[in-house]
Amino acid sequence: MSSTAGPLLARQDDTRRPLVAIDDLKVEFKTDGGTIVAVDGVSFSINPGETVCLVGESGSGKSVTSLSLMRLVEFGGGRISAGKLKFASRTGDSVDLAEASQDFMRELRGNQIGMIFQEPMTSLNPVFTIERQLVDGLKAHRGLKGNEARARALELLRGVRVPEPERRLKQYPHELSGGMRQRVVIAMAMACEPRLLIADEPTTALDVTIQAEILALIDRLKRENHMSVLFVTHDMAVVAQMADRVVVMYRGKIVEEGDVATIFENPQADYTRMLLAAVPKLGEMRGTIAPAPMRRIGDSVTAGLSVSSSRPEPRRLLEVKNLTTRYPVRGGILRRVVANVHAVEDMSFSINVGQTFSLVGESGCGKSSCGRSILRLVEPQSGEIWLNGREIRGLGQTDLREARRDMQTVFQDPFASLNPLRRLRDQVAEPLINFGLASKSEIADRVAELFDRVDLPRSFLNRYPHELSGGQRQRVAIARAIAPHPSLIIADEAVSALDVSVQAQVLNLLAELQADLGLSFLFISHDMAVVERISHYVGVMYLGRLVEFGPRPAVFDDARHPYTQALMAAVPVADPRRRRIHEAPSAKPLASPIFPLGHKPAPSIYNEVTRGHFVLRDN
Amino acid sequence: MRRFLTAKGLLGAALVIAMVLVAIAAPLVIPADYGTRMTMTARLRPPSELHWLGTDQLGRDLFYRVMLGARTSLGIAGAAVLMSLILGLPIGMAAGFYRGGIDNALMRLVDTLLSFPVLLLALTISAMLGPSIPNAIIAIGVAFTPFLARIVRGEALRVTQMPYVEAARAAGATDLNLILRHVAPNVMPPIIVQATISLAFAVLAEASLSFLGLGTQPPQSSWGLMIQASRDYLDVAPWTGLVPGAAVAITVLGLNMSGDILRDVFDPRTR
Repeated sequence: MSSTAGPLLARQDDTRRPLVAIDDLKVEFKTDGGTIVAVDGVSFSINPGETVCLVGESGSGKSVTSLSLMRLVEFGGGRISAGKLKFASRTGDSVDLAEASQDFMRELRGNQIGMIFQEPMTSLNPVFTIERQLVDGLKAHRGLKGNEARARALELLRGVRVPEPERRLKQYPHELSGGMRQRVVIAMAMACEPRLLIADEPTTALDVTIQAEILALIDRLKRENHMSVLFVTHDMAVVAQMADRVVVMYRGKIVEEGDVATIFENPQADYTRMLLAAVPKLGEMRGTIAPAPMRRIGDSVTAGLSVSSSRPEPRRLLEVKNLTTRYPVRGGILRRVVANVHAVEDMSFSINVGQTFSLVGESGCGKSSCGRSILRLVEPQSGEIWLNGREIRGLGQTDLREARRDMQTVFQDPFASLNPLRRLRDQVAEPLINFGLASKSEIADRVAELFDRVDLPRSFLNRYPHELSGGQRQRVAIARAIAPHPSLIIADEAVSALDVSVQAQVLNLLAELQADLGLSFLFISHDMAVVERISHYVGVMYLGRLVEFGPRPAVFDDARHPYTQALMAAVPVADPRRRRIHEAPSAKPLASPIFPLGHKPAPSIYNEVTRGHFVLRDN
Repeated sequence: MRRFLTAKGLLGAALVIAMVLVAIAAPLVIPADYGTRMTMTARLRPPSELHWLGTDQLGRDLFYRVMLGARTSLGIAGAAVLMSLILGLPIGMAAGFYRGGIDNALMRLVDTLLSFPVLLLALTISAMLGPSIPNAIIAIGVAFTPFLARIVRGEALRVTQMPYVEAARAAGATDLNLILRHVAPNVMPPIIVQATISLAFAVLAEASLSFLGLGTQPPQSSWGLMIQASRDYLDVAPWTGLVPGAAVAITVLGLNMSGDILRDVFDPRTR
């Protein structure tokens, strides 16, 4: 054991020797704009059999730190300019990975250190079978041949609980679902029984039910193999479920380090406190009726905005009746329509003036299609959409354009929802000009007011989108959406791409606008905890249908449909004392929404369990 | 930050500007008959003090001819690419923006044109219209259109699906509005690069057409014509082919190197 290790290591020195000891790591990236220090003086260690969660927002240097440990950072243009990366190898001696040759690293990677990446869609090579990809590492590092390697690959797939492993070996990545692919990636990482598993946001791209399974799997593998895990994530709820110890990073530096209970219950750094405050916890709204603003550091429990818009009998703004949207699937030489994707199937719901109706569900359930159908950005097959007493589906192009003044959108990706080549001023002014809502001389003033309204400095008026952060861009998108005084805003995953602290600010801005302008929101999201906090009404979607909808307290506190219950059970809770990854339910793979041409689906029939709380009747 | 001013780009731009200046200035400075004056006693002379770049089979000074040929070659290439832009942009934009039937109809037309080798297509058109410079421009312009239309369509397809286009549609923009303000500007960067590369190929295409007698007509000089004339004498007087060949090579090199600059100039992200 080296004597240079920090006090934390010294304490455990007698019993355990850390597997990894990172000491004063500094990583730089050379760009055209100068040198950027991405990681600056980071030191921490990982003990055998321990899960260390590296948590932080985008740009905190957490991924760079994990890539440095693999020495993969050099392939992305980075350079380890200082520090030691001590790794206790299998042979027993301690190696400084910062100094090691790439040949040595190649021997180590995939063998003693395994890695799982975020995107299961892109981290498997699409042109090779699963078997080929699993066997490669075994042949290289373990010298296994043909049948031996194949047998081991099969064993690995069983270990990560992939159903029908024999068949999977012969399949290509595109034939597997996202969750299954991530299992294969984990199996690959586990192939040579690594001493350390680095998982970089391994569940961020996955649906919540699959996330729960993958988290449980990583935890089980860790315990069974006495493996260490470096788990990189931005999600405090995942941290609470997974971590033994937590390292909180901010702008390339460590702001706090400690065991998971201490970090969550007695955080010392202001940044950690802010981070924790910004994360809504599923279930914390139990017993309340109205939505509440997101907590910010310094807010007392009751302070903040009152978002209660509990007018006695709120007027109906939007009424959707039997909405059905299908996308054609083309095939054959003649590209004829051979089947239909039933994206939205017989959906009916309504939204009241000044209230938020949230649509939740997993990817592919049709929630975005529903929003786009209401705007008629895609054309629905049938159904009625009544907005302010006007039927939208029957409108011609000219009337439709006029009607859209009343319903605006905010999209998920703040980087893609603004035209990169136009000044922000012009983009916010666009609806005003298009709808003829302001004369030429008024426009500049109106746009400036809108910038004030969303708390953006007026100095941004002449800037271009790339000069702004994600949160600021989303504010511009919101300013553009509220410019024509709409009564409905369809927010499609509007805060999903934002860091938690920024997410809280943007959500509060939306709530503020709702209170001041009487806006209604159709809030489309996969994040149950956020939805619980901000919604008046909630609809849970599954395979294009609403399986359960009603007032938020009813749906969240008294979920009746089995799918809603499964969804709730899978959401990780940002509380280390409420760990439930071991009891993770095994999610059934989503059924396909593709049906043959003549298919006539049954209508959606609901039972009203309590007043306004509807549950889809199973047929 | 002027990040787009790289050494490579600057050198490329310098080469292109030099060539354009030559094309503009040469006919003003050099008396026209310098390029056509034949000196039968000085045929196929190597470069010397009297004839800097040597003479051709008719004793004409290659230095003057290559200078005077710049205007024809660059003029035809530039006009041809402009023409392919004028034809290709609307076709590709309409196909990519509206998709469906319009896309199918336009792209089958484009595919048909694409199935012929470019030069064969240009040759056919040129042969049908008759040998002259305007016809060479039309021939090359039409032959290049399908490539451009394909790229414009692909980009327009991608950009049309961007959330900012949908947001603009929701913000009440008309189709024309969407195309002019949102789709077209964002389609342009790869098109600009493609256009500069096309310009390089158009110089070569003009050379090929002239080589086959369908472009510039003698005694007027163009680089392609000069290369054509040199083919019988390459063993005894290689400079007759090397001189115009080098002019084509330098122009193509300059265009390729400076293509990225042009794109970056229009992008606020690199300003």
